Amino acid sequence: METFRSHVMICGGTGCHSSGSGDLIKAFEEQIKGNGLDKEVKVVRTGCFGLCEVGPIVVIYPEGAFYSRVKAEDVKEIVEEHLLKGRIVKHLLYHDSINENSGDIKSLNEVNFYKKQKRIALKNCGIIDPENIDEYLAFDGYKALTKVLTEMTPEEVIKTVKDSGLRGRGGAGFPTGLKWDFCYKAKGDKKYVLCNADEGDPGAFMDRSVLEGDPLAVIEAMTIAGYAIGSDQGFIYVRAEYPIAVQRLQHAIKQAREYGLLGKNILETGFDFDLEVRLGAGAFVCGEETALMRSIEGKRGEPRPRPPFPANQGLFEKPTLLNNVETYANITQIILNGADWFSAIGTEKSKGTKVFALGGKINNTGLVEIPMGMTLREVLFDVGGGIPNGKKFKAAQTGGPSGGCIPTSKLDIPIDYDSLVSIGSMMGSGGLIVMDEDNCMVDIARFFMEFIVEESCGKCAPCRIGTKRMKEILDRIVAGKGVEGDIEKLEELGNMLKESALCGLGQTAPNPVLSTIRYFRDEYEAHIKDKRCPAGVCKGLMRYTIIADKCKSCGICAKNCPVSCISGEKKVPYVIDQDKCIKCGQCMEKCPFGAIELK
Amino acid sequence: MACKNCDSKAKLYKELDALIQEHKGSREALMPVMQGAQGLFGYLPKDVQILIAEGLDLKLSDVYGVATFYSQFTLEPQGENVISVCMGTACYVKGAQLVLDELKKELKVSEGKTTPDGKFTLNATRCLGACGLAPVMMINDEVYGRLSANMIPGIIAKY
Ligand SMILES: Cc1cc2nc3c(=O)[nH]c(=O)nc-3n(C[C@H](O)[C@H](O)[C@H](O)COP(=O)(O)O)c2cc1C
Ligand code: FES
Repeated sequence: METFRSHVMICGGTGCHSSGSGDLIKAFEEQIKGNGLDKEVKVVRTGCFGLCEVGPIVVIYPEGAFYSRVKAEDVKEIVEEHLLKGRIVKHLLYHDSINENSGDIKSLNEVNFYKKQKRIALKNCGIIDPENIDEYLAFDGYKALTKVLTEMTPEEVIKTVKDSGLRGRGGAGFPTGLKWDFCYKAKGDKKYVLCNADEGDPGAFMDRSVLEGDPLAVIEAMTIAGYAIGSDQGFIYVRAEYPIAVQRLQHAIKQAREYGLLGKNILETGFDFDLEVRLGAGAFVCGEETALMRSIEGKRGEPRPRPPFPANQGLFEKPTLLNNVETYANITQIILNGADWFSAIGTEKSKGTKVFALGGKINNTGLVEIPMGMTLREVLFDVGGGIPNGKKFKAAQTGGPSGGCIPTSKLDIPIDYDSLVSIGSMMGSGGLIVMDEDNCMVDIARFFMEFIVEESCGKCAPCRIGTKRMKEILDRIVAGKGVEGDIEKLEELGNMLKESALCGLGQTAPNPVLSTIRYFRDEYEAHIKDKRCPAGVCKGLMRYTIIADKCKSCGICAKNCPVSCISGEKKVPYVIDQDKCIKCGQCMEKCPFGAIELK
Repeated sequence: MACKNCDSKAKLYKELDALIQEHKGSREALMPVMQGAQGLFGYLPKDVQILIAEGLDLKLSDVYGVATFYSQFTLEPQGENVISVCMGTACYVKGAQLVLDELKKELKVSEGKTTPDGKFTLNATRCLGACGLAPVMMINDEVYGRLSANMIPGIIAKY
């Protein structure tokens, strides 16, 4: 391989790409060429660095200088100063990457955002060029597969995964080794290895970042799984909304085939395994395992009752192994470093790390990977940098539409599968959305219920009808038409749904509602009894009123009111009949004197 | 003037036919074929659904069933510019609803619909993976982040 004295790593993840990193890559290449440095400096488009908030991000090695919010205009200065003259452009660095006392630049591991993180699944993200298999190989790529194929029996591979304590990262947390063992023991002439990259949580992008930043880690792990359970065919089911991930996966599969790492007789060991990418088409329920398999078969993605479990009867009725992207992304490291190394990280029952997509009202929005057992407080305030604009923390949401809201009183809970369930939420696949005092918890519950009503496949009645009834009650409450007894009705319906729905979608759908009732009952009551939204979000509970002092009695508001609910006469301030008002806002928009307010 | 439109139409049907031939008789190829067809036509008109059903040896109801199950498939032609407002959780808690409301007002269309002049289709989608820039929307392939309602008219005016 050629050697370069400097590497310019530019984030090509979706977040930074959206903030313009594509133009930066071009600008760097031009400037570097213009200065005759193209034989000495290499520009690499990497996967996500995690700190999407301050993107686009550029890191220059060997110094490890971390430039944030870089604009195309800055490139000339960085190239001429840093790359040509060796002087780091300090005013463009990420603010936390300079040591305040000495003025030296910190290494990435010392920056607050990264200090408490531990990167296993995201090991290569931001480090390698995801479109170049040679870089993957240079960072220990395919060492694990080589070890497995030449030194280990399938039983030994399964035992290692079992001993590591790895649990599924797709949500439910089922022990991965056990699942592999079931599939290994299942009888069948043909078996399949599937990867769930459907990432249904509507506010999360962990799996997408792994696929965009390190696709070969997932491909290698699936090949290992194929050897372990005795399968020669795999499918990766990816959301169609992820074009960059799909393109990088396809490219990686092609390269792996060219290198003899997929296909027939892999590494000359006689082992065959190949992979295909299948695109989803926008249905949340297809993240559920039986629905996903139907979808790959080309049918409507409706779930079916279990048993039979997919390990015995899955895709095309054959024994099938399904794991989440992040679950696979841990496998090669476990094989290379051993089960003991992995099980030393985390808590007694939750081993290793978990990737979270931090979003909402938090300073460092982006992607973080933390050891299990870290408290929620540490994740939000040390890694996440706290709540912006001096606002007060109100709740954190994990588990997306299947999870719950965690209030201030539970901030010191350790993040692991069992603790989160015990407080009415769940680990989920890794969405972690922060809400502050300006967010209304009833509105959030309604938001998730609306999502579920849209995504319910309609096969079982409890989910199809129950979620709709729950949403109607919530709609009523946020519109200011809630009645006494609504909270109890929600609880009753929710508990019924949990017990009777066919699949995980319906069984977990009431969680956002039940958990907000549990911790924020007073907000529900304020909506129902006092007709007031404490956070000031619910429009239905706000009133348009005319400020008497400012009203000039021109009558324009009354003329524009579509339901004629404003009355008044000359020299007397006009008034709005609140019972008739439909809150369209026309009056406020048309008032020439700013005399109408919404509160 | 020779019908330019018809020529390009004919070409589309030819490509569709090639796609179907490639997967003839294979049920599991239904979704990839439908995705390909939607890529060609922009939506799935009835005659295209019929051709797919015949080609893959399926009933029309199978094709229609799949088309209506998955939100990505559309049975109506899309506007010249497709606006997708992210209504993922991260964007929602940062005020995506206000952005969507402003777009509805500005374009005078409801969610999922196309303006009468065919210029814009307004859709709500889930997480676009750019939560760091929330609230976010996409117009065609262009991403707009850190939005507020008052930026909407200016952005729309560019199209
Ligand atoms: C409604 C529903 C949606 C789901 N969505 C996902 C998803 O987006 N990604 C995922 O990996 N697992 C999802 N799951 C969990 C899968 O059914 C399955 O348990 C998981 O993919 C198994 O992999 P793991 O053991 O590695 O976690 C979902 C489950 C349900 C019930
Ligand atoms: S929730 Fe909107 S981009 Fe993620």
